[in-house]
Amino acid sequence: MNKIGLIIRREYFTRIRNKTFLLSTFLLPVLIVMVIAGTVYLGIKGRTNHRIAVADQNGYFKDYLKSDSAIFFDFSPSVDTLNYAEHNCSAVLIIPELKEGEKTIYRLKYKKQLGLANIDDLEKRVNAAITDHLIFTKTNITRSHLDSIRASSDIAELQTFSDEGKKSQASSQGLSYAIGWACGFLIYLLTFIYGAMVMRGVMEEKTSRVAEVIVSSVKPFPLMLGKIIGIGAVGLTQFLLWVGLIAILILVAQAFIPQELMQEVNNMQKVNAMGSAQMAQGTEAAKQIFAFKQSLQTANWTLIIGSFVFYFIGGYLFYSSLFAAVGSVVNEDPQEAQSLLLPISMPIVFSFIIMSIAVQDPGGSLALWASLIPFSSPIVMMARIPYGVPTTVPYWQLLLSMTLLAGGFLFTTWMAGRIYRTGILLYGKKPTWKTMWKWAFHNG
Amino acid sequence: MSMLEVAHLKKYFTTQKAVDDISFSVEKGSIFGLLGPNGAGKTTLIRMITGIFFPDEGSISFNGKKFNADEDSALIGYMPEERGLYKKMKIGEQALYLARLKGLSSSDALNQAKDWFTRFEMQSWWNKKIEDLSKGMAQKLQFVTTVLHRPELIILDEPFSGLDPVNANLIKDEIFRLASNGASIIFSTHRMEQVEEICDHIILINKGKKILDGTVNHVKQEFKENLFRISVSPLPSFLPDALFDVLIKNEDSLTMRIQEGHTPNDVLRYFIDQHSNISSFTELLPSLNEIFIKLVEGTSLSRQFQPVQA
Repeated sequence: MNKIGLIIRREYFTRIRNKTFLLSTFLLPVLIVMVIAGTVYLGIKGRTNHRIAVADQNGYFKDYLKSDSAIFFDFSPSVDTLNYAEHNCSAVLIIPELKEGEKTIYRLKYKKQLGLANIDDLEKRVNAAITDHLIFTKTNITRSHLDSIRASSDIAELQTFSDEGKKSQASSQGLSYAIGWACGFLIYLLTFIYGAMVMRGVMEEKTSRVAEVIVSSVKPFPLMLGKIIGIGAVGLTQFLLWVGLIAILILVAQAFIPQELMQEVNNMQKVNAMGSAQMAQGTEAAKQIFAFKQSLQTANWTLIIGSFVFYFIGGYLFYSSLFAAVGSVVNEDPQEAQSLLLPISMPIVFSFIIMSIAVQDPGGSLALWASLIPFSSPIVMMARIPYGVPTTVPYWQLLLSMTLLAGGFLFTTWMAGRIYRTGILLYGKKPTWKTMWKWAFHNG
Repeated sequence: MSMLEVAHLKKYFTTQKAVDDISFSVEKGSIFGLLGPNGAGKTTLIRMITGIFFPDEGSISFNGKKFNADEDSALIGYMPEERGLYKKMKIGEQALYLARLKGLSSSDALNQAKDWFTRFEMQSWWNKKIEDLSKGMAQKLQFVTTVLHRPELIILDEPFSGLDPVNANLIKDEIFRLASNGASIIFSTHRMEQVEEICDHIILINKGKKILDGTVNHVKQEFKENLFRISVSPLPSFLPDALFDVLIKNEDSLTMRIQEGHTPNDVLRYFIDQHSNISSFTELLPSLNEIFIKLVEGTSLSRQFQPVQA
């Protein structure tokens, strides 16, 4: 209908032209990248170097305990448990004589907290030192010999394939996990963001009393539908802009990789394409880029993006009409919205929790059921799909889930429309659940 | 032929009979006053006429045909008492949007909007937003958006509230102009002096029921109490009780109620016979305000909520 088109256009363009839309579209990815980069940076930079004095009764730790930039062990005899702080040491490690086959306690005294990660690291180094020393005393194999054996034994690499009958598809569990989690999280986030946007839009129309003017031209249901579709289109636009932005970022990032390195990566790809079981040779950097590219190729991007768009739209339609219904019954007081929102946000939050379980066990029964029920299917199914269709998610499940979701949003939209058409014109007291139930399911 | 014909309209809500069997008709080109105290059911009645609510019972016919909300809403312009426009939308776009929702083509809407904006000297507002306007300015804009699509029936709920006298006159003149061009206007208010000035025909509703229906003059005649004011000098020393009751006595004027069975002629004859000089003699018709208060008073002003058995 022509009027719905007008409403959709208004909802869409007033938002697209808004500065906050542009800002959030372009700043959110930058923000996410910055948060990730920041955590990584702090993770590396944040580890302060520790100097630890060692008071050793056994005498061999001097040769076996490995120092590096993170932890440096100071064995100078002039440092002891009393003056270690003056020698710039943050702690002192006191190792009494250790007897084979007996548990002996060794101690760390500190002036400055080392942190959990460093303590863990320290323990590993002490244990490795003891093992290496024992190997030497029993078999006469030196530490340097052991190290070289360790280095040359890193030769096997696991690759997983999903069995699809005739052909098997190379897969990467790690990547599936990452994509599944990211998709589920994104749908969770977008459902909330755009659902809340629908609710605010409805509240704005109600509190500014423009609703009464509009409903004298258009029936309430097309008005609600127009708003939902218009805002959904904004969400879709934003998503597509993000996909485009990411694609551009990847291209730009590739431009910064040196030419020779890319050449090397290409060579490795050729070798791999010939089906050799031999791992292609190359420098460490080239290997990493190759592995990254390789694993990206294992994902079925058309399927993932396609079903993401479907589940985003489906989940959005399912929940946004409920958000619209809430917006239509509350007045100026945002507090009122809070209590009404709870029964809507609970299932969304709950789906998110199920999703984080399902993404680790995509074939489990919890994952299966939650990905069929429309309340949770948009978020949970998106966590399963990256693991492979039709292996992890058979076609019938995907089809059933999609059908149920479509039926689900038709139902919620119908029900919300009936609450909306009464609520939007009712000022004053917030209606009770009972009256809303009447609006929804009784004729009148 | 009546533009709008409302017959036995009923709308019951769970707690009250908002509109209880109301009938009236509005002639083409007339200005119709819909009066009633707060909560009398005016808004519910208007919402049924604008197609926002479906009546429980009764019928509405529009231009002689059964009212069809989808088609006929394009011919109705409604300005609700609780006014509202989109706060963050540009004024020009808003006017076009509302006109197009009423079915105008975009070029037609643009022409009409330009026309009205020029008439009301609002051209400079086009790219402003509602939040930039004062209350009175927003009111003018609301009126413009109500009539932009050339409606045949215009429903104005308290159109002058919040307007200064200059702008109120501007709107009033427009109302007369629209009516003389053939539009019917339903004017809902409880400001009686405006009704006397503007309306041809009024109905008064209270507690969901129609309690008065007629032209302004007719209603006043119906509720007149035979009150007259006469200016005479000198006042005769004897004033016959059998002929009239004196209500107010001034130096050279009297306000009186003529007794049943006597006419103004009898009164005038008496004063002439007394050789008093009569300088004026006028009938005191009750103001609508007085009629309104008289009819509504005694019934509790705020409606009580009571369950409806229906």
